[in-house]
Amino acid sequence: MIKRPKAFKTPKSLLDYAEKVKKDRDSRKLEVRICAGPSCVAGGALEFRDELQKELDAHAPQLKKAGLTVGTSLIEKCTGCHGMCEAGPLVILEPMEIFYTHVKPKHAKSIVETTLLEGEPVKELLYSLDFTKGGEKAKHHSDIPFYALQNRIALKNVGTIDPTNFEDFLLNDGFKGLVKALTTMTPEEVVDAVDESGLRGRGGAGFPTGRKWKSALRVKQDRVWLVCNGDEGDPGAFMDRVIMDSDPYTVIEGMLIAAYGLGATDGYIYVRHEYPLAVKHLTMAIENMKALGLLGENILGSGLNFNLKLSRGGGAFVCGESSALMRSLEGKVGEPRAKYVRSVEKGFKDEPTVLNNVETYACVPSIISRGADWFSSMGTAKSKGTKVFSLVGKVKQTGLVEVPMGRTLREIIYDIGGGIIDDRPFKAVQTGGPSGGCLPADKLDLPVDFDTLTREGAMMGSGGMIVMDDQTCMVDVAKYFIKFLSDESCGKCVPCREGLKQVYQILDRITKGEGREGDIELIEKLCHTMEVASLCALGKGAPFPVLSTLRFFREEYEEHIHDKFCRGGVCKELINFHINDSCTGCMVCLRHCPTEAITGERKKLHVIDDDKCISCGICRNVCKFDSVDIISQGKIVAGKEPAMA
Amino acid sequence: MSETKTVRITIDGRSIDAPVGQTVLEAARQHNIDIPSLCYHPGVEAFGACRLCVVEIRKHNWTPDWKQLVTSCLFPVEEGLIVETRSPEVMENRKVVLDLQLARVPNSDVIRQLAAEYGIHDTSYEKREDADDCIMCGLCVRVCDAIGAHAISTLSRGPEKYVDVPNKDACIGCLACALTCPTNAIEYIEEGNMRTIWDKTFEVVLDPVNKKPIATPEQIAHFSKQSGLPEDYFTKSDATRKKETAASFARVMFD
Repeated sequence: MIKRPKAFKTPKSLLDYAEKVKKDRDSRKLEVRICAGPSCVAGGALEFRDELQKELDAHAPQLKKAGLTVGTSLIEKCTGCHGMCEAGPLVILEPMEIFYTHVKPKHAKSIVETTLLEGEPVKELLYSLDFTKGGEKAKHHSDIPFYALQNRIALKNVGTIDPTNFEDFLLNDGFKGLVKALTTMTPEEVVDAVDESGLRGRGGAGFPTGRKWKSALRVKQDRVWLVCNGDEGDPGAFMDRVIMDSDPYTVIEGMLIAAYGLGATDGYIYVRHEYPLAVKHLTMAIENMKALGLLGENILGSGLNFNLKLSRGGGAFVCGESSALMRSLEGKVGEPRAKYVRSVEKGFKDEPTVLNNVETYACVPSIISRGADWFSSMGTAKSKGTKVFSLVGKVKQTGLVEVPMGRTLREIIYDIGGGIIDDRPFKAVQTGGPSGGCLPADKLDLPVDFDTLTREGAMMGSGGMIVMDDQTCMVDVAKYFIKFLSDESCGKCVPCREGLKQVYQILDRITKGEGREGDIELIEKLCHTMEVASLCALGKGAPFPVLSTLRFFREEYEEHIHDKFCRGGVCKELINFHINDSCTGCMVCLRHCPTEAITGERKKLHVIDDDKCISCGICRNVCKFDSVDIISQGKIVAGKEPAMA
Repeated sequence: MSETKTVRITIDGRSIDAPVGQTVLEAARQHNIDIPSLCYHPGVEAFGACRLCVVEIRKHNWTPDWKQLVTSCLFPVEEGLIVETRSPEVMENRKVVLDLQLARVPNSDVIRQLAAEYGIHDTSYEKREDADDCIMCGLCVRVCDAIGAHAISTLSRGPEKYVDVPNKDACIGCLACALTCPTNAIEYIEEGNMRTIWDKTFEVVLDPVNKKPIATPEQIAHFSKQSGLPEDYFTKSDATRKKETAASFARVMFD
């Protein structure tokens, strides 16, 4: 073991130490990386680790014979999220590139005996390339399209390092960007490099980061605050959480580089309390860096002073809005203010403040260490670099995906995500979070960047991507997002507070078959006022889930209102469940029905009593023979085969 | 004497010199140009919640067809600013906002009258059930904070947001919240020397001469502490105090 210095007083001392650690690690032959992201932990990753530990101890002599000494040449460690939460718990063995999915504690023994001792993969744990049990297996993780097609910059360390291990971070070019900035660049050059890289804010608005930093430099003030926005809250989005959970040092390194460029001496990372692992790992990283002289006074002897604190938010969605975030940071109620004076002039405590998103900061170290040209060589004309997307919904391979900007929706959903579950028809993809929009199939070839999707009434936003199949009701989708926004509205201004409530009530009656003539027009008028007259971005963006579904799926609204027909088979008041002739009479649905609405005998066709049925859908879920259809207005809208093209 | 710097702006075609630092709403009101508002009060920081004061602006360096809606109670005046307070877009939004408010407080006379001025006599939306008259402008809370009592607060969020008194002990019974409420939504009872507000009953100090209610002892103690003036300064009405002062002068002058 290499002894870590008590503190690093010069850039050289840090680099020297990194070099020593690297040499020491060269003796490492094998690394077992256990994903300890929340999803894998929930699936039993930590129990697996304990079991693996036992098996390694039990097999220590044999392992030693094979040249593997636990603790030196063989290391097992917990990393952050690998991104493919769907297939967790995940275990990766390097350098063999073996990728195991759905790993349970009971597999520890066979992994040790088969893989570590005999060098053979445990076949049943390998990833199935065609998503079926007996399908072709991926021998290496680089064979899996989900990983092979990604280009990881913000996620560079995510899933490879132990986020609590400082040395692990150092080994992966940790602080390389910071040292380069401090030793070879002036603060102006740092800001210029970020500007030239074309980096735009990853939180959703896409404001050019370099321009923001330059405008902060123009505001001549004694102090500028540096704030990191970790208040990610879009439904289905978790890219910032994963970065903070899995690679906290990179976020802080990005902030340190920004502090050097902007002359900032004090900063905050604002994280929601609902992200306990992010809070834990960031707190750990901050404390560790303080102790090592990498935060505080005269960092690495460069004269840079930067104090960083962590502030925990209560989890209100609106606190991701910059002015509300700063009020919350001040300890006040997180309500937005009109931004006629920009936060680079008057932000936190009415003092100049530079606020950037987690992913934005995470890109900065690589931009500095590898150069602005390298970063701007990726992406599209106006959206440079890569973007992390959280790909969720009815897609075969959900998870976190980082690709260069400009990849099409089709490439992300079909090539990386493997297409729609059960190969059903694609209906829409909802992008950009609650203020984003839904795009239909004929928009699948659009390149994903800041500007293209906005032009189509959706937006890239912070990178949420929810894929929907034909069994989705677009009115119901709009209703879901409006409900979310209504719950999360701060309630300060009238168009947002009252407008969302009324839009919800109208959508609710439409989905219940009580829609009225003129409802669509009423929604459109109301949405217009919300868009132009709300106080903050939450209210201004709130109409988009409705407006974009009205734009591309207007016929569904009309069908609900005029024909009381729900083509997605979702709106309970407009559908019935019906058992078709393929029923084998297995009685499973009958036993599961909570209202005893199903009658039938063994090996005889079952029947659902519509009066008793509450349309919960349990019968359809438990039926192994696809015998339960969903009917709306006499048409099968959801059966074995896709109902409508 | 230092000169106040002014800028020239245009509101509804009228050219106006407004001091730097003023908001569009303040400038308009100073020149008797009506911009409706429910949440604005000159005594407290502007809030921008009611959205009735939203106006349309253009700037001299913008392309001619470019305009923007801004909150006039928050938007600072600047040289060459062109403001329209009754453009079609502004009026349309005001109508929708009032229509929404009418659904929220269908029984409020203030809102009904204001909505009627914009041609809205019945709301297009679902009326709130068991509606009180609160329009959630937050003025009561801001006034309570400005006084330094910090007794009332908004609670919850979104459509469920409401005003309540989480810190009942801090209420000094000054009635500032009730008296500034634009829709008279805060109830209070005053009978003889007793006053009840926010479910808290106060004894009221009466003027020694005309026996009219002056203030609660809690209010007197609070104001005395804040101002540094003795408590007995606050126990008399202005009229009584004037009379006493005149009498004491008379004693000094003529005795």
